[in-house]
Amino acid sequence: MSSLSHPALPTEVWRPARGKVGMVCLIAAESCIFLTFVVAYLFYIGKSATGPQPAQVLGLGLVIVNSIALISSSFTAMTAVKMLERGAQAKCWLWLALTIGLGSFFVVGTAWEWAGLMRDHGLYPTTNLFGTTFYSLVGLHLFHVVVGLILLSTVFVLGVLGWVKPRHAGAFDLVSWYWHFVDAVWVVVFVTVYVIGR
Amino acid sequence: MRFSCVVFFLAACCLCTAHSAEISTAASTIICAPDQPGRAAGIHAGDLNIFHSASLPAHEIRELAWLVIAISAAIFVVVEGVLIWSIIRFRKSEHTAGDPVQVFGSNPIELAWTIIPCIIVFVLALATVRTIREVELESPPAGALAVDVIGHQWWWEYRLPGAVPGSTVVTANELIAPVGRPVWLSLRSADVIHSWWVPRLAGKTDLIPNHVNHTWFQAEQEGTYLGQCAEYCGTQHANMLLRVRVVSAEAFDAWIHAQLQPTAIDASVATGRAHFLQLACMNCHTIDGVSSGGFGPNLTHLMSRETIGAGVAPLNPQTLRAWIDDPQNLKEGCNMPSLKLDPAQLDSVVAYLLTLK
Amino acid sequence: MKLSEHHPTIPAEVSKTLGARLHGWAVTVDHKRLGIMYVCFGLVFFVIGGLEGALMRAQLAQAAGKIVDPATFNQLFTMHGTTMVFLVGMPMLLGMANYLIPLMIGARDMAFPRLNAFGLWLFVFGAILLYFSYVGAQGLYGTGAAPDVGWFAYAPLTNRTFSPGSATDYWILGIMVSGFGSITTAINLLATILVMRCPGMTLMRLPLLAWMMLVVSVLVIIAIPVLTGAQIMLLLDRSLGMHFFDTQNGGSSILWQHLFWFFGHPEVYILVLPAFGFFSEVIPVFSRKVIFGYPLMVAATVAIGFISLGVWAHHMFAIGMSPALNAFFAASTLLIAVPTGIKIFNWIGTMIGGQIIFATPMLFATAFLGIFTFGGLTGIMLAIVPFTWQLSDSYFVVGHFHYVLFGGTVFGIFSGLFYWFPKATGRMLSERLGKWFFWLLFIGFNLTFFPMHISGILGMPRRIYMYQPDRGLELWNMLSSIGVIVQGLGISLFVWNVILSLRRGKIAGNDPWNAWTLEWATTSPPPEWNFDQIPTVGSARPLWDIKNPTDPDSHQEVQA
Repeated sequence: MSSLSHPALPTEVWRPARGKVGMVCLIAAESCIFLTFVVAYLFYIGKSATGPQPAQVLGLGLVIVNSIALISSSFTAMTAVKMLERGAQAKCWLWLALTIGLGSFFVVGTAWEWAGLMRDHGLYPTTNLFGTTFYSLVGLHLFHVVVGLILLSTVFVLGVLGWVKPRHAGAFDLVSWYWHFVDAVWVVVFVTVYVIGR
Repeated sequence: MRFSCVVFFLAACCLCTAHSAEISTAASTIICAPDQPGRAAGIHAGDLNIFHSASLPAHEIRELAWLVIAISAAIFVVVEGVLIWSIIRFRKSEHTAGDPVQVFGSNPIELAWTIIPCIIVFVLALATVRTIREVELESPPAGALAVDVIGHQWWWEYRLPGAVPGSTVVTANELIAPVGRPVWLSLRSADVIHSWWVPRLAGKTDLIPNHVNHTWFQAEQEGTYLGQCAEYCGTQHANMLLRVRVVSAEAFDAWIHAQLQPTAIDASVATGRAHFLQLACMNCHTIDGVSSGGFGPNLTHLMSRETIGAGVAPLNPQTLRAWIDDPQNLKEGCNMPSLKLDPAQLDSVVAYLLTLK
Repeated sequence: MKLSEHHPTIPAEVSKTLGARLHGWAVTVDHKRLGIMYVCFGLVFFVIGGLEGALMRAQLAQAAGKIVDPATFNQLFTMHGTTMVFLVGMPMLLGMANYLIPLMIGARDMAFPRLNAFGLWLFVFGAILLYFSYVGAQGLYGTGAAPDVGWFAYAPLTNRTFSPGSATDYWILGIMVSGFGSITTAINLLATILVMRCPGMTLMRLPLLAWMMLVVSVLVIIAIPVLTGAQIMLLLDRSLGMHFFDTQNGGSSILWQHLFWFFGHPEVYILVLPAFGFFSEVIPVFSRKVIFGYPLMVAATVAIGFISLGVWAHHMFAIGMSPALNAFFAASTLLIAVPTGIKIFNWIGTMIGGQIIFATPMLFATAFLGIFTFGGLTGIMLAIVPFTWQLSDSYFVVGHFHYVLFGGTVFGIFSGLFYWFPKATGRMLSERLGKWFFWLLFIGFNLTFFPMHISGILGMPRRIYMYQPDRGLELWNMLSSIGVIVQGLGISLFVWNVILSLRRGKIAGNDPWNAWTLEWATTSPPPEWNFDQIPTVGSARPLWDIKNPTDPDSHQEVQA
């Protein structure tokens, strides 16, 4: 009864995985929010009426160390997913812990940089357009790093409690997609703020 | 038979596009007699019809507009015609049984009604680009009078070059312009976005804070041209009225000369002048040689203007008195507060202002 | 054919207490119940927004009107625009799609049912937040002030200097929250359409409504976050003293305009494409003929989606952009007329050679074709940059976009409501009242919005609480205001029709319109699980294939 199809036609259709579609859409929407802040940053480069200007206050040393930490956390996350797929749970938690550690290092490093900018250079979000766009763009990214860390930590805690099994690798993979997205955005933010804007 | 109408439709589209120039000329002659000098007399100052253009850029826009309207009208007639015909022709009747022939599409027809609109769009784009180049000038036309326009919530400030280099005539709400000479307006804003729109002279251009825009007009006939702010700018957006008085070259020079005269000091209104200085008036209003406030209109030659409150009322002793008594009665929400003067103070201030000719 | 043997009455539901029933609605994750709630909320706000519009028309019926004061009027047009776009258009269209898409593609629910409920309640919360401003917000003139910065909220008028108090913050937060709701619903619809299709339903066998919702979802996912981003910036400006749009400290009001319209123009297509989808279902069924040129319709939809992302600055022709930019945006805007035209022609091509039955849904669809053609052509005029230097921000624009958004979206919604009401409730709406409603709305609509074009040409700007008496505007404005009364009568008839038909309407049966898509294969209303058995389809019109076993559409495909 329920077959309304001509027998000569195939009934198989292309269907992507539900979770992947959802995560890709979420990442697309988030990218658009980031895009507005990047556009605003680029739009206002060099338009601050008063100092400090980016070239005077932005150092590269700390931020490069931060960036290396964050980018390598993508690889550790990838490895963690692979380990879970293989059923090597203990190794998975180890790599995951490393990922969380690297991400936390980035958060602390950024906080350190901000504290320096405020203490030594008097640069606050309200100081000038540079302050406004800098703290909001980097801060928006930082907020996403923190959200990512919360997600990863949730997986870690559940994993250590023994509730995450190899069959959950798909869901864990989606979490890692989000983490990769956060890293990819950092590359864009880094290029915008420290390369083009400096 | 089924698609004969479609063929007819496509043919009609082609014909109308090909002849749109003639159609537009005809339409403009019928609906809006072209700009003969005699006709302007019939247009009163309250006429803001964008098709009753009286200046160079407005003419250019009007001609393009008629072309576009003609093409659009042709498309409209054809599409609505086919629609109405199909409503009548293909209404289900009582005696039809079964479903009609299922037609899934037709590549040639679909191709035709993709390509023909593309051609029409291309023609329109070319015409648009041409008119943009003619109207949107990047530098002032030769011999233009350069005027600075500054938008304020909710009035206009105009700054014109004086007779000698370096001198400036500052006035408010009414622009006096010479006939036949291009006027190049530099538009700025002191607060929010406004838009300068005198439909018979030129299309609108926004006044944007932190940004200078330009527009221009070249009026052909003397007369008063009205308009108003066209970008929402707050409570009294509706009463941010524009008034351009186009006068002969001689009258314009005479006006500039008069505006540059220092304010007469009339001993009989010394009390009023003193009140003006003692009360808050001077904080916002400039009177050359008396005060130098920047928030409100310059009052040095107040009585040379026709209206008060950016056009909310004609300027005469009664409206002036009513305005100073409580501006909120005439223009609710405007930025000038009532100073709650007693009648004697009010009379003396009004008497003083009436001498600012 | 029946894909569900379930009985339409829900005795278990009726026997529950009122509290239990309300609780059931509050916690439901059923896409049909959520869809119905979306539509109900949308209709409530349609009436509220309509009353705001009517009050404005009362004020403008005469020159120098004195019914409301300027501050109130400015709040009215801000709330009218915001309400109609965010609290009527979005929820009605997304809600109807929510109800219909799973049924039309043979699915049991949306891809993420709980996210679906979350989206609805975000929208409701955002709406309440926005309207709470009438009670709790501080404005220029004291407490109880709704936002008064226009639905487009141009900087720097939104700056604290010019808009003190919290009214503008209510606008930002209300719209941002309902925007999050829209984004989640769009993600859900997109995932549903891609993932939940029944066996045999390839992309080129999707009902056209599903195709249009697919494109709309993509546009929502791209466009709304840009508005959200800009609103975050504005909120940072207003609450933390940052300088994004603070022109006194180097900020730019033009940046806000670019960001806002990068959202704002796709938004127009977000509002009109679902209506196009409704018409693409209604016109074939009531012409008794398959849609003319399905693949081209799909291509045109996708093209509209793409081009709509590149036309935003045609809202900004008066800001003094360079001639090159002006020319670019004029060209891209003109280009979008091509796929839109294709759609109109294909719908008329569907009607030609058909046997058209003018039931109420089809009346709205036919009227839409006529009205939208007019609105599209005035849209072309507004793409002509120099012409727009005269027309922009005049009443001509108000007339134009009501022709496309009222004549397109609202007529589409009513066409769809009359068409699918029987499916959702099990009862038909009264055709007699429906026809009265249609003609009153059609006449009232044209009477209201056609004269606005003339007011605009006569130099009347938008958003003014009064106009001068000497400008020849009285007649046209009076006609517009009278039109509102006619529309109001029509809408009252519709409300009456719904109340009456819910109680006493004719029992619909599964397939009252003799239609062809899957939702008509199940009971009216459908059971919570939609279909007892998931169907397998072989064409875009599975029910046609069943009803015409000798000439199924799937046959076409086999031959091709």
